[in-house]
Amino acid sequence: MIFKLERRVDDSRWMAYLSPILAGTLTLITGSILFWALGKDPLQTLYTFFIAPVSDLYGWTELGVKAAPIMLCALGLAVCYRGKVWNIGAEGQLLFGALVGGGVALQFLESDSAFALPLVLVAGALAGMAWAAIPALLKTHFNTNEILTTIMLNYIALNLLLFSVHGPLKDPGGFNFPESALFTEAVTLPLLLEDSRMHIGILFALFALVAVWVLLSKTFVGFQIKVLGLDTRAAHFAGFKERRLVWLALLLSGALAGLAGVCEVTGPIGQLVPQVSPGYGYAAIIVAFLGRLHPVGILLSSMLMALIYIGGELVQIELNLPLALTGLFQGMLLFFLLACDVLIAYRIRLSPRFSALRKPSSAALVNGADANLSTHSQ
Amino acid sequence: MTIDIDLPPPSKDYRLQLQGITKQYPGCLANDRAHLNIRPGEVHALLGENGAGKSTLMKIIYGVTRPDAGVIYWEGEPVEIADPAAARRLGIGMVFQHFSLFETLTVAENISLSLPKEQVRDRAALSRRISEVSDKYGMALNPDRLVHTLSIGERQRVEIVRCLLQDIKLLILDEPTSVLTPQEVDQLFATLRQLSQEGCSILFISHKLNEVRALCDSATILRAGRVSGHCVPAEETNHSIARLMVGDDTPVHAEHEKTTGGEDYLIVENLSVKTDDPFGVNLESLSFTVKAGEILGVAGVAGNGQEELLAALSGETVVLDSPAAIRLLAQPVAAMTSGQRRKLGVGFVPEERLGRGAVPDMSLKENGLLTGYFQGLTKAGLISMPAVRKFAETVRTRFNVKAPNTETHAKCLSGGNLQKFIIGREILQNPKLLIAAHPTWGVDVGAALAIHKALIELRDRGAAILVVSEDLDELFAISDRICALYVGKISPIKETRETTIAEVGGWMGGDFLESSQPAPQQAVGA
Repeated sequence: MIFKLERRVDDSRWMAYLSPILAGTLTLITGSILFWALGKDPLQTLYTFFIAPVSDLYGWTELGVKAAPIMLCALGLAVCYRGKVWNIGAEGQLLFGALVGGGVALQFLESDSAFALPLVLVAGALAGMAWAAIPALLKTHFNTNEILTTIMLNYIALNLLLFSVHGPLKDPGGFNFPESALFTEAVTLPLLLEDSRMHIGILFALFALVAVWVLLSKTFVGFQIKVLGLDTRAAHFAGFKERRLVWLALLLSGALAGLAGVCEVTGPIGQLVPQVSPGYGYAAIIVAFLGRLHPVGILLSSMLMALIYIGGELVQIELNLPLALTGLFQGMLLFFLLACDVLIAYRIRLSPRFSALRKPSSAALVNGADANLSTHSQ
Repeated sequence: MTIDIDLPPPSKDYRLQLQGITKQYPGCLANDRAHLNIRPGEVHALLGENGAGKSTLMKIIYGVTRPDAGVIYWEGEPVEIADPAAARRLGIGMVFQHFSLFETLTVAENISLSLPKEQVRDRAALSRRISEVSDKYGMALNPDRLVHTLSIGERQRVEIVRCLLQDIKLLILDEPTSVLTPQEVDQLFATLRQLSQEGCSILFISHKLNEVRALCDSATILRAGRVSGHCVPAEETNHSIARLMVGDDTPVHAEHEKTTGGEDYLIVENLSVKTDDPFGVNLESLSFTVKAGEILGVAGVAGNGQEELLAALSGETVVLDSPAAIRLLAQPVAAMTSGQRRKLGVGFVPEERLGRGAVPDMSLKENGLLTGYFQGLTKAGLISMPAVRKFAETVRTRFNVKAPNTETHAKCLSGGNLQKFIIGREILQNPKLLIAAHPTWGVDVGAALAIHKALIELRDRGAAILVVSEDLDELFAISDRICALYVGKISPIKETRETTIAEVGGWMGGDFLESSQPAPQQAVGA
């Protein structure tokens, strides 16, 4: 190897912020190559993908529509991940929130009560919370791995939704389509702008952003979650209650994901359908890390992710490219981010074999031994 | 004692000579034109405080690290030691402070891992050789025992025998006695003397001056990466050697008054804890007390139940079935969590400063909040930043923590400074009971004295203090009463003035168990 990775004395703070930008750039470059290989003009495709969708006000409102659920999920995940609670279940919590919230909304088909919408929203958030309570209980009492349980619950939630729209919640007058009845005005989220689909869900997301920021940087509970994530043994030593913190992180993240779900069905969708989420809960994982688990970062990265969703649809429509590009771009982004994050703790150096003046024939061996022994000397 | 500039020229009379060795790490000059001369059969001590560059120098000799400048002569010839294998080919062996043994393998299997293939094929022959070598040097060792069943002293023998199986001319030992009882140290020294009589040179790295004076023929002393002097240890006093190690302006010794303390504050009665750790130690009906205004020292070789005892006292392990096994005055606390115990005024200084006592990636400010949260640092769940900053700043200035400010991350502090911060953080909360594990482990002389002084002052203000340490000199310096842990059992407790290092050393080896009176009963209220 010409290059070698050398441990930095201290993590590079600079690189921590640069890494997402670098990852984004690499994603764009690789994407261009891909477009070129598909026989399209890379620049024009990139323009269609990333610029055209936000070239007018309507585009920006669509961005808000997509960014809101992603941001809600990602904010909750950030709280979990700060505490090293690996909740991969935002998707399931979102779907269950949508299902229960939608189920409650269907009870108001002949009502215009002002309490209906708040009730529906609360039901959705509580349902997301309840879905997250399952892995929380399993983790705190049976020491299960929350990565596995939350992933499995995603599929269970999806199938519950599918079962419901094919069965009990199917619209009797819907020509046997797997859809519920359309929600009434009373249980539909008000729009923020005429002639757009942007609903007040984006306000919930922005409110959650401020709340999570206060939680993480101003409260003692947030401090405890961060200590738990950085150093479990120190958290135990200091007398923090690990179980309580795990519950808190999972319930909060479940509630936010559930709220995202119920906002989707009472907002842009307007009924229960099999396709409530195009993977927002999964995309939120990438968004949380891309945003460095910081609320402001998450604001920016969720907008980027929303853009990828919209751009993916647009290149499909305009340039006849497959919709799988959306998933591909998400994947590349995460892949490059993880790779670039190595540079936070390491720096690239020219291998001593190529840089040293003396005859260092077995330099690589020395480095290997050095790494072994550095664990001894600590 | 000399600080010589004229170095002996390279010659066959020396087994190993280092000249002008310089090693620069990012932000730290570990070795600065260091030199070293070892004759065949000589036992040579390398002395210095933590961070003086001892480890780097020996890693350079063993081929782990390459120097930036300087020359190494082996028996008069300049050599480049590219890696540990090259060092072993020259006949250099090394025993690290932390052993690199696989606990689930046998002694013979562990040793075979480091030998050339040809020597390993015949397992029976290898076992025979291990037995021969270990018998010859008085280090009884059964090649078929699993390593996890061995005591620390026996594990060290495995490491030494592993070196001796090669044709060895220079044996490097890094603080080999820090894990041994005084009796085991005597055995080790007998082995080392025998080796040296046979012509093997020994490089002995330590900061225990008594041992160096008893064992070593000559010594090289490092300070801040440079050689600060040479001496013949037997002709020096501890004080004069320590002076070379720390420089002229640091006090190297302090006497502390002994006291008898007041009423029993911490009462431990028939405390038994079963460990989950397959390599852990069960505590068996421990009973002892710590009085208000006294320091109780608990000696013992690592791995004899200290960690389990400390976890039970701190609340990291809760004893639900017998809450009265640990009491503060009359209040049973054994079933309480560490947070609840903190609230009652218990402070803890854990063994690991990074990764338990402090969060490495958090600032000193945040690490002050870590355990200081009962000191009015939070209001209605919100962190009061000015109060947090002030608390950390007070700790930093009062305990002379060398850090630019309280925004500095804990991991950037040296061990001694971080330890001063942690001890200061606990002491400033005015604990009624302080539990300190290895408070000066790996801390330099100056910081150790400051820490001892702070503990004595806290004691004189009426706090009960329990200190667990492997360093008998430290325990004799600061404790008012002393005892030892051995395989989860506690020895008799005696006033420090009325016992000797030899007696406590015997307890550390478990000889109190063979005495006619069963130990636990004797220990109650002693």
